Amino acid sequence: MRDAVSTARRSPSIRDILIQAAIWSAVSLVALAFFWLLADLLRHGAQRLDWAFLTALPKNAGRDGGVAPILVSTLLIVAIAMALAAPLGLATAIFLSEFTRVGGRLARWTSLSLDVLAGTPSIVFGLFGSAFFSAFLGLGFSILSGGMTLACMALPILIRATEAGLRMAPGEWRLGAAALGVSRATLLWHVLVPAAAPSLAAGLMLGIGRAMAETAALIFTSGYVDRMPSSLFDSGRALSVHIYDLTMNVSGGDQNAYASALVLIILLIAANSLALWLSDRMFGQRITSS
Amino acid sequence: MTQADESRGADTHGAYTLKPLVAGPPCCEPKKLIGVEKLSLRYNGVPAFEDVSLDIYRGCVTALIGPSGCGKTSFLSSINRLSDLIPGCEVEGRITVDGENIRNPRADVQALRRRIGMIFQKPNPFPLSIRRNLEMPLKEHGVKIRAELDERVWRALADVGLWDEVKDRLDTPALALSGGQQQRLCIARALALRPDVLLMDEPCSALDPLASAVVEDLIASLRGRYTVVIVTHNLAQARRIANYAGFFWVKERAGALIEFDHCHRIFEAPRHELTAAYVGGRRG
Ligand SMILES: Nc1ncnc2c1ncn2[C@@H]1O[C@H](COP(=O)(O)OP(=O)(O)OP(=O)(O)O)[C@@H](O)[C@H]1O
Ligand SMILES: [Mg+2]
Repeated sequence: MRDAVSTARRSPSIRDILIQAAIWSAVSLVALAFFWLLADLLRHGAQRLDWAFLTALPKNAGRDGGVAPILVSTLLIVAIAMALAAPLGLATAIFLSEFTRVGGRLARWTSLSLDVLAGTPSIVFGLFGSAFFSAFLGLGFSILSGGMTLACMALPILIRATEAGLRMAPGEWRLGAAALGVSRATLLWHVLVPAAAPSLAAGLMLGIGRAMAETAALIFTSGYVDRMPSSLFDSGRALSVHIYDLTMNVSGGDQNAYASALVLIILLIAANSLALWLSDRMFGQRITSS
Repeated sequence: MTQADESRGADTHGAYTLKPLVAGPPCCEPKKLIGVEKLSLRYNGVPAFEDVSLDIYRGCVTALIGPSGCGKTSFLSSINRLSDLIPGCEVEGRITVDGENIRNPRADVQALRRRIGMIFQKPNPFPLSIRRNLEMPLKEHGVKIRAELDERVWRALADVGLWDEVKDRLDTPALALSGGQQQRLCIARALALRPDVLLMDEPCSALDPLASAVVEDLIASLRGRYTVVIVTHNLAQARRIANYAGFFWVKERAGALIEFDHCHRIFEAPRHELTAAYVGGRRG
């Protein structure tokens, strides 16, 4: 008893101090890197970023003018990717969590291939998208084939996150439902999926965010035409492609590249908050906060 | 004032709606509801219990007692065929409800489980609102009309003495309730389906003594209206609420039913010396 008290009161040892210092410096390093990046973006991009920038057409290969068509193309591509990835991802995750055993052969192989896919460089997805959606399905350089490619890229992360969310449901719910004569489908729809909704939203954001920030997947599929798209079959330049083009191919495009990068970051943050808010609002009252 | 309002008014005086019925038909002329004949259950070939035969009487509380691991939970789960869901679990023998063999592969398991509700040791409300916890199974079993849903929700909650505690927060998460309230909600959820039988697996063991007493009173108040089979490690509780008692014991590495009789006989004049030793607190 006395020992316990004295241990608790003893001043922290050198080792504790070192470990704490290491943890804190690691944390501050990460935070610093992020804030440095943000500050840099703000410093270079903020004065360009205004309403006019968002609503004007790009001029002079993007050196002047705004990003209106690029913003529209980006939003369309992301919307298509989400609309495709969410139901497919949810269905696959349900299949994995409900109809395969953990450690079973099917589950092992599927998760292995998903992990490999999640780590595949985006250029590979870009090549696949260009060969399959653009060439084989004949969609050419189009917003549709860009969105489909992004969906493929987002799926592995999305499926893994949703599956983990579904598997987290305690076995008592399943047993309780069975004991009440409630079918598995009802349980899934009314209990398990809502409970996994935050994971689905998080997975969607992670997946789409990763894909949206990648240039290589879109250059070959949605292309780099910077005109306002008039349909989903038109080519449309995404923000990431625009930034890449401005920094690499257009001398004097730095200012607008920074401003576009800022737009992209704001878009990502907004999408993130929206997903969290939505999943909270739709399902928050049904599940507890704990 | 509608009829529902009237009875609701009566309820605010603090009585369970089932209370008056306790004084109803006594259990002195037992009528068999569930018959179990030579039932054995194995997990991956290892027997959990063997050769159990007993009758469960309509409207009575039957308590199952015995040490840990003698197959009481397994026995309960074979009655509502929850054991079907456990991989590697094989059941052998006959179980009849109202004379009908429920182990018949063509029997409607969903309907069986509506008729035979089960309460688990750990309260297991769904992560939904209090109201939807009750409505979801009701809708599953075809109750769709709003008025009837409301009526059943209200009655079930009133029956477990929970209505006054939760009537202002029916749409808040059920998981925010206390453990004792959650357990009563689970009982209400089963009662809302108007079952004939309630199987209860140590329903009070995760609760504090006060909440446990409330649930115990509730079970006592169900006597006469429902047929209750309760597994409990609390011998005093079994003695207080049960009409019949069965004593399980591990014999030759598998559980077996040693003695089954009127509750007072088990506790006061057991025929088997193992029973006498167990209820006397000398073993187990
Ligand atoms: N799902 C299962 N798979 C394999 N063996 C099991 C399973 N469930 C129970 N058993 C085994 O069956 C035997 C009986 O278990 P059961 O849970 O029915 O006992 P119990 O009487 O309810 O015990 P307790 O009083 O501790 O709840 C035990 O030996 C246990 O190890
Ligand atoms: Mg048990």
